[in-house]
Amino acid sequence: MTAGSNEAPGFARIMGFLGARPLLPLVLLLGLLVLVLEILQPGIVNERWIGNAIKVAIPLAMLAACQTLTMLTGGIDLSAGTAATIAAFVTATLTPQIGVPAAIAVALTAAVVIGIVNGFGVAICRVHPLIMTLGTALIGSGCLLVYQRFVIATGTKIPDFLVWLGTGRTAGLPNGLFLFLPFAALVIWAQKRTGFGRLLYAIGANETAARLSGVRVWQVQWALYSLSGAIAGLTGLLYLGVVKTPSLSLALPLDLPSVAVAVIGGTSIFGGRGGYGGTIIGALILTVLTTMLTLMQIPEGGRRILFGAIILIVTALYLRLTQQD
Amino acid sequence: MRRPQNAWTLGLAVLLVLLLLATRIIQPGFGLTGLDALARAALPFALATAGMTVVVIAGGIDLSIAAMMAVASVTGATLMQGAGDGQAALAVVLVLALGVGMGAVNGALIVLTRVPDIVATLAMLYVWQGVALLILNAPGGGAAEWLRGLIVGGVALPGVAAWLTDWVPKSLVALALVVGLIWLPIRRSRLGLMIYAVGSDPLAAFRSGVPVGLTRVAAYAVCGLFAALGGLSVTLSTGIGEPIPGPYLLASVAAVVLGGVALGGGRGAILGPILAVFVLRLVRMDLTLLQVDPNMTAIIEGTIMVAVVMFGGVLALRGRRA
Repeated sequence: MTAGSNEAPGFARIMGFLGARPLLPLVLLLGLLVLVLEILQPGIVNERWIGNAIKVAIPLAMLAACQTLTMLTGGIDLSAGTAATIAAFVTATLTPQIGVPAAIAVALTAAVVIGIVNGFGVAICRVHPLIMTLGTALIGSGCLLVYQRFVIATGTKIPDFLVWLGTGRTAGLPNGLFLFLPFAALVIWAQKRTGFGRLLYAIGANETAARLSGVRVWQVQWALYSLSGAIAGLTGLLYLGVVKTPSLSLALPLDLPSVAVAVIGGTSIFGGRGGYGGTIIGALILTVLTTMLTLMQIPEGGRRILFGAIILIVTALYLRLTQQD
Repeated sequence: MRRPQNAWTLGLAVLLVLLLLATRIIQPGFGLTGLDALARAALPFALATAGMTVVVIAGGIDLSIAAMMAVASVTGATLMQGAGDGQAALAVVLVLALGVGMGAVNGALIVLTRVPDIVATLAMLYVWQGVALLILNAPGGGAAEWLRGLIVGGVALPGVAAWLTDWVPKSLVALALVVGLIWLPIRRSRLGLMIYAVGSDPLAAFRSGVPVGLTRVAAYAVCGLFAALGGLSVTLSTGIGEPIPGPYLLASVAAVVLGGVALGGGRGAILGPILAVFVLRLVRMDLTLLQVDPNMTAIIEGTIMVAVVMFGGVLALRGRRA
């Protein structure tokens, strides 16, 4: 970046301007994608479509909060999709038997237990987060399969307010925003303004330095992974309302995209850089991208190729743009 | 440095023998056919694990391995369908070259774009999945009979009494040959040393004159080669090409970790992970023989994996403090 500044000062100034405001290029990209969509199919971008896009993006953005927060410390949480699925499935199957509040309590407890186990492995036993969360995802989905055999006859019921939250609309906008806006505000406030949030950045930037400055790294990590489990459980409840059919693989297809969303949003997978604001825009970008690829009449295979290629290109460009050293 | 590594591998080997004995006790009829079935079921897993091991030693990770195996599987099945014997051999060579190519693309993209390995291969996972679907939209194609004969049944050598060699599954020999022929020469050469050096500390390797980027591309290319072999073995054992990636990604990462290869890179050998594959497959088979609910199998497998890595982590922590 510095080498180029002599040849093209204007260009370098633009790059510097964008680099200092990491959210701006993402917003521009989002606008560009929406524009391309409108050109591809004039008239598609209307109030209804925007509401739909937001509705689809909300669960993705919430699950990506798990990835963003853990990635800030240099970790990852691949069990988030499983925890969300478990929470959703348990809620749907227990509601007819023990009522809504108890079912949701059990469901969220299950998701938090997964997080606590993750935290124990990562913080106390120093297992690599990737391995630890993959392992708990495996165990969790096995437990879900066994659990399903006990409740197979009882039938399922989805609490009404979850359906309202997942599919209802208020003034054209999805009701999911009633949950998501406070949630996002809380996460952004926590990461920027609280001690816990700063400790996440500190550990991600340099764990040894953080430990030497008196941070009890294991406590932070344990709390973080438990929190991640809780967020995943909450996402599962919301997603249940969106999809309205509980299944054993409900939120699993969101697992890898949630990582992609956090990465597109500018959070470094090595820790210490990024934030939840970018992740939210990343979720919108991914949603618009999926719509665009669905609109283009190309076979499923071609769509996946484009999806992968675009994730890679966006990440690479964004890295170039924001890394100034 | 070498001794704890060897102890870990030895422990895995002992565990494997104990599990084989246990299988014999559970199922007194367990014999040649059982061993053959085990080796054949483990073959794609073992090849995927071998590929993953090389990349992990070089300090990376390849999330796209199962998708690359799917591409190799459908390419092989499409080329071999209705082809003669000679053409089938040519198809195998082509698929292997394709594997090297796919791996090299992965590696080159990681080096050129400087996107972290895990993110770049996550994106490539979608790309290779798409390629596999474009080649073959549904399971289909075929496999040459003589190639299938290479991995089915026991070994029969001319001039040697049948009882001496009959109990060795061909697929096990194929696995040993392939891994031995590909990895051992690399391990002994400069490239092997460079792969370990890059995985251990890229900066130190760079300052010692190792071409870090090229070495990483080479490691991913080797991984692609193993993935192509794994995909071919899927096609050969089922007789058709399968465009949907199998469960090889999670299984190979699990086996690599159980096999004593550090995820940070630079340490480990290929034998441990392959032994770990057989241990995991055998546990699964024993549980099926014991008529345990197949769903419990996933829980037990996951618990074993998590328990072992936790135990390993605590051990490593102790070692550092001492």
